[in-house]
Amino acid sequence: MVSATVRVVNPQGFHMRPANLFAQAMGKFQSEVILRRGDHVVDGKSIMNIMAACIKAGDSLTVECTGTDEDAALAAALELIRSGLGDL
Amino acid sequence: MRELKGLSVSPGIGVGRAVRMVSPDLSFDPAAAGSPREEGERLDRATAALTGATQALIQAARREGGEDRAAILEGQLAMLADPYFHSQTEEHLNAGESAEGAADRVCRGFMDLFAASGDPLLAQRAADVDDLRRRLLALLLGREGPDLSALPPDTVLVVEELTASMVSALDSRHVAAVLAQAGGYTSHAAILCRSAGLPALFSVPGLLDAVAHGAMVAVDAGAGTALVEPGEDILADHRRRREEAALEQAELETFRGRETRTADGAAVNLSCNVGSAQEGELAARAGAQGIGLLRTEFLFLDRPTLPDEEEQYRLFAQLAGQFPRGEVIVRTLDIGGDKPAPALDLPREENPFLGNRAIRLCLSRPELLLPQLRALLRAAALGPVRAMVPFVTSVEELRQVRGLLSQAREELEKQGTAVGELPLGVMVETPAAAVMADVLAREVDFFSIGTNDLTQYTLCADRGNPAVAAIGSPFDPAVLRLVRHVIAAGHRAGIPVGMCGEAAAQSALIPLWLAFGLDEFSVNPASVLAARREIARWSMDRAKAVAGQAMEMESETQVREFLERTCERDQGPLK
Repeated sequence: MVSATVRVVNPQGFHMRPANLFAQAMGKFQSEVILRRGDHVVDGKSIMNIMAACIKAGDSLTVECTGTDEDAALAAALELIRSGLGDL
Repeated sequence: MRELKGLSVSPGIGVGRAVRMVSPDLSFDPAAAGSPREEGERLDRATAALTGATQALIQAARREGGEDRAAILEGQLAMLADPYFHSQTEEHLNAGESAEGAADRVCRGFMDLFAASGDPLLAQRAADVDDLRRRLLALLLGREGPDLSALPPDTVLVVEELTASMVSALDSRHVAAVLAQAGGYTSHAAILCRSAGLPALFSVPGLLDAVAHGAMVAVDAGAGTALVEPGEDILADHRRRREEAALEQAELETFRGRETRTADGAAVNLSCNVGSAQEGELAARAGAQGIGLLRTEFLFLDRPTLPDEEEQYRLFAQLAGQFPRGEVIVRTLDIGGDKPAPALDLPREENPFLGNRAIRLCLSRPELLLPQLRALLRAAALGPVRAMVPFVTSVEELRQVRGLLSQAREELEKQGTAVGELPLGVMVETPAAAVMADVLAREVDFFSIGTNDLTQYTLCADRGNPAVAAIGSPFDPAVLRLVRHVIAAGHRAGIPVGMCGEAAAQSALIPLWLAFGLDEFSVNPASVLAARREIARWSMDRAKAVAGQAMEMESETQVREFLERTCERDQGPLK
């Protein structure tokens, strides 16, 4: 398992479009992708799960990837979140 | 044969077979009829069918420029493909639930989560999940409604209530007429029907019980009647009159491109009410002089985010370009708790029509009004754009708007952005504004009378309620006296007075408006040619004589019957 913590920068947080973008990108990896915010654990491949978590701008997220392509998955996840998920 | 009566919201004759579009019964058996595997396969097939249908809708939305609608559909597509959705339904199926039960339960779980999030945007998304849930259940149960974009030719559409989004999904070439059990004359859907020239009857009591799927129906929307399973002679009669209406339309076409003048040659400003640049195009083609009312609220409806200054500026600039010689009157945001505007997150109100709406809302949330005023000031640099404030009840509201306008102007000038002169007017649509018209006239550059709301508020008759719809009539002397007073007060202060309500196009009322000295008639694009013809039938002297008599009368019935009789005698049958 690899993990890293990142801050959400896009102004609207993980609303529908960013959540969709993220879940679709993560769906391409074999690894399991988990987002942690405090005690909240979210399936990073599920748009419904991500939206329901109400992740906001400024939230600190820990991304955990587990599987054969975990390094690539983590790098892709961090890059997406840092770049503002198409919102900036 | 059975005769149904309803409210004529868009005239015209239509003959065809009924296609009923009612919310289907989505009750289901939660216990599985087949094995978990069989139920899972049913669910997979339904999901695949829904995915395909949604993809087609996205393409259609994109083709028509409905980017926001496409984005919502794409979200639904993503939900259908969500691996979590599948693992959850599988658990329920393995516990012995039916495909319907599993889909329903998982969707509802997410709706509850979204609704409980406390995030207004997310709470709105719960409606998207609910829509998905209903479509999935309808597919599983084999109870899908007809596809509005693929109706058979000569369809008489029968619905409980016609929504604006249904009208835009309709393939209007195949729809002969629309019948709805509910709805009012000035609803958004009714306006769209009139714009499209689609015969429509709303508020038809007992409609859904009376019309079976596939029944033959002859609709005369102008007369307010729908005949179910009529005899051959009646069908032939309706078809003949439909042909006549087509000829009438051809006659109206001869008024295209002409100037609007009374019989004795007085020039009349005939402009249009529009809600979009597309409608502006229709107005320009009909030869409207300008835009008497641009409704800006359509920019704010059914979308998760607010339109920014740029988006608004583009629309205003586009309309200013369409009418280089005429004025474009833009109504500032006229919205309240009754409208589906998720981006505004408006609280539910007990009585939104008497609530924090229109200019009240904008003054309580200046961040809504300021981008609009900035966009207006910028567009005014391109041509004669004017701003009109809706729902005014006091002079103080106007002074606050003036304050915000100066603030917006200063900000823009400081940035070095080009701004133009922006005349400010009041949309007179509350009894308070009408009564105080002499005071308001000193503060603004023009008036425009909004007869729909002025009638509803003066007569205390909800325009969407069929039980009282007849009370809310612009022929009522109470309304007519207010209109006359407003026009006179405007003229005493030296400002022009227009009218942008439906009554401006009502042929039997046109002599009154002419006699009162109305400066501008603003009507729907579809009514321009007919209004031009009606105006051309009256000399000012004759109009004044008729108005003098009508204004002596005591009741709505007296006035209406007198005017209808007079118009018929003087001018031939009312068109």
